[in-house]
Amino acid sequence: MSALLEVQDIHTFIGQFHILEGVTVEVPANGITALLGRNGAGKTTTLRSIMGLNPPARGAVRFDGQALHGRKPFDIAQLGIGYVPDYRAIFRQLTVAENLQIAERRRGDLAARSAFIFEVFPDLEKLYQWPGGQLSGGQQQMLAIARALVPHNRLLLIDEPSEGLAPVIIEGMMAAIRRLTDQVGVLLVEQNFRVASQLADHYVVIEDGKSVHTGRMPDLLASPALIQKYLSAA
Amino acid sequence: MQPTLRVNTFRQSLILSGLFVLGLLAVNLIVFKPGTMAVVTLSGLYQGMLFFLIAAGMSIVFGLLDVLNLAQGAFFMLGAYAGFAIYGALPAGTPIEARFIAALVGATLTGGLAGALMEIGLLRPLYARPVYQIVMTLGLSTALNEVVRAIYGPAGLVPIEEPPLLATTFTIAGGQFETYRVFIIAVGAALMVGISLLLQRTRLGIIIRAGVQDSEMVQALGINVRRIFTLVFALGTAVAALGGMTAAPFLGAYPGMGTDFLLVAIIVIVIGGMSSYEGTAIASLLVGLTRATAEQISLQYFNTPILASVSILLFMVAVLLIRPNGLFGRD
Repeated sequence: MSALLEVQDIHTFIGQFHILEGVTVEVPANGITALLGRNGAGKTTTLRSIMGLNPPARGAVRFDGQALHGRKPFDIAQLGIGYVPDYRAIFRQLTVAENLQIAERRRGDLAARSAFIFEVFPDLEKLYQWPGGQLSGGQQQMLAIARALVPHNRLLLIDEPSEGLAPVIIEGMMAAIRRLTDQVGVLLVEQNFRVASQLADHYVVIEDGKSVHTGRMPDLLASPALIQKYLSAA
Repeated sequence: MQPTLRVNTFRQSLILSGLFVLGLLAVNLIVFKPGTMAVVTLSGLYQGMLFFLIAAGMSIVFGLLDVLNLAQGAFFMLGAYAGFAIYGALPAGTPIEARFIAALVGATLTGGLAGALMEIGLLRPLYARPVYQIVMTLGLSTALNEVVRAIYGPAGLVPIEEPPLLATTFTIAGGQFETYRVFIIAVGAALMVGISLLLQRTRLGIIIRAGVQDSEMVQALGINVRRIFTLVFALGTAVAALGGMTAAPFLGAYPGMGTDFLLVAIIVIVIGGMSSYEGTAIASLLVGLTRATAEQISLQYFNTPILASVSILLFMVAVLLIRPNGLFGRD
């Protein structure tokens, strides 16, 4: 079975800086793939390159067999990719309801999905008319993921979901992400190795803008030498 | 659970605005006779609405596109001239009411179309180059002024004929006021409410309010932000052109007529808090009332309207001393 998302040897420049120097990632249609690596390795840029926000100069990105090269971010999103950036990007002036409505691609998307969303994130139902700017960090993270679930997405790119959250909130958020995997494939960037290792089925290690190692998460966990080699400072 | 924080700062802004209104009314009450006061108030609302019609689009465009469109005044002028052209182009014998309505609709469409062309053709290559934008919009404004001067002459055109229904005056508390200026107030008020409903109640409004904060994320949600930019820019210039045509039966049309209004509109936007729609709406009226009051005071005591322009600047200074980010600006 071919992967839902195939990223092949992409090179991305931001201004004159060569940030990605050959990243290859495959994400299956179900399950979670984690991008691991130290700060500044290029994990966020990889997600932004897939979304077309920092389009790669070389290499190929294919989603469900279609090449994403030359497509605008809105066009890429419409193929069925949801993006949850590390800064969450909640619209502060919009209510929780409006933050979800804006993600509709067809009229009725939200109505069709709200039962599932409220089941996974019950807080959002209580906060439905609150301005997004007044939610706590954890609630904003929930809303950012929920927003990516409103349209019929088949792949979610989630950047640092546990960043800045209290441990008990992280547990809830992990349980929620785990629940999504029978519906979508997830490409997860996560600095917190404990979180990444408990969630992901596969992993890709990125070092200095290159993907250097990939495999199944249980194999990584069984090998202290690999963890030491790639993630010691993380 | 009730959201409180935003409501409080919003309420503070409203209270502060209300205090300015009360202050202006108090000055009016002390200085003027009742008839004069009624006329000054109406005149302030009339001027404020014209400022609003130019500033509304500028403020929304500034919030969404980060572009200060210094050509907005030229679209005001364009609307007035489009109105004249349509008046002249209609066959003789067309009733004046029909000419008037055709001119209003035609000027609005002309403004919108010209705005869309400007955004697509001139502005799009210059996003992320703020200095170029300033030069381009200012240059376009000058160019349009000169084009109009070349075609219609430097003297300007006498005010176009208004529909007989509106070409009257009425007496309020002993003061005389033109019905047509009340019509302008009504047009401005209708647009003020209409734009507010658009922003609060429609999907386009949600996208605009979200895009003001983070247009990249809006795009990552699958929305073609470029198209929204064009649409919003064109709506803003359409409203300015409608304003120019609405003013044409009163002000006529002359090269540079938009520039006078543009400067005031910039002051209005600064007072309102740059990209806040509520701020722009309220600041327009406050500036109009301030200007009308100062104009009448200086006419009464110095026989010249010398204080009118200065008063707006003083008002801006006063507001910025209290609120450095404007009445509804964010910290």
